[in-house]
Amino acid sequence: MLEISTILVAVMLCVALVLNLWRLIIGPHVVDRILALDTMYINSIALILLYGIFSKTPLYFEAALLIAMLGFVSSVAFGKYLLRGDIIE
Amino acid sequence: MTFMVELLISVLLLLGGIFVLVGSIGLLRLQDLYVRLHAPTKATTLGLGGILIGSMVYMYNTQGELSINELLITLFLVITAPVTAHILSKAAMHNRVKVMERTRNQHLIETARMQLPPKSEDEGSKGDIKP
Repeated sequence: MLEISTILVAVMLCVALVLNLWRLIIGPHVVDRILALDTMYINSIALILLYGIFSKTPLYFEAALLIAMLGFVSSVAFGKYLLRGDIIE
Repeated sequence: MTFMVELLISVLLLLGGIFVLVGSIGLLRLQDLYVRLHAPTKATTLGLGGILIGSMVYMYNTQGELSINELLITLFLVITAPVTAHILSKAAMHNRVKVMERTRNQHLIETARMQLPPKSEDEGSKGDIKP
């Protein structure tokens, strides 16, 4: 049962990633695109955790933590650049 | 692994997946940037929380010890998601992103753009926000 539900949730996450990619392409403003990219980061963390459950190994948590940190830092850097015109003043 | 534990993990994973999907549908379907900001920053964080709790239960049952990494990821996401949303909405206000016509208190966007504290327009009713 766990394998079936894991595959089902993986399909849901892939559909969510495709929807985010659609918003990333059509987004009318740059902030829309940054928001879509941030959501894609979070969904990919979920997908990596799900792969860790599927292959029965705890190896992938560090990768998920790294992706979470990089996603936050990159989103803040994009927003800071849009706000001030510069990242580190 | 007993059947009940497996059922619990499956329910948690499905709940998380449904929340993530709803957040992405909201990101695609809603009309305005400020409305659109609402969907993924709440729903996706909640969905990822469900998946993380399911993963934590699974790893506790297979490895026999509680791993701290999932808790770290949960804590980090719960801290950073509102910060990202705040910075993105400030960047949107700064760049004068188009808002919906029904949005209330649209004059406050200029106030936020000048980075001043909000003030009421008439002195008689301080603290009231004019409709």
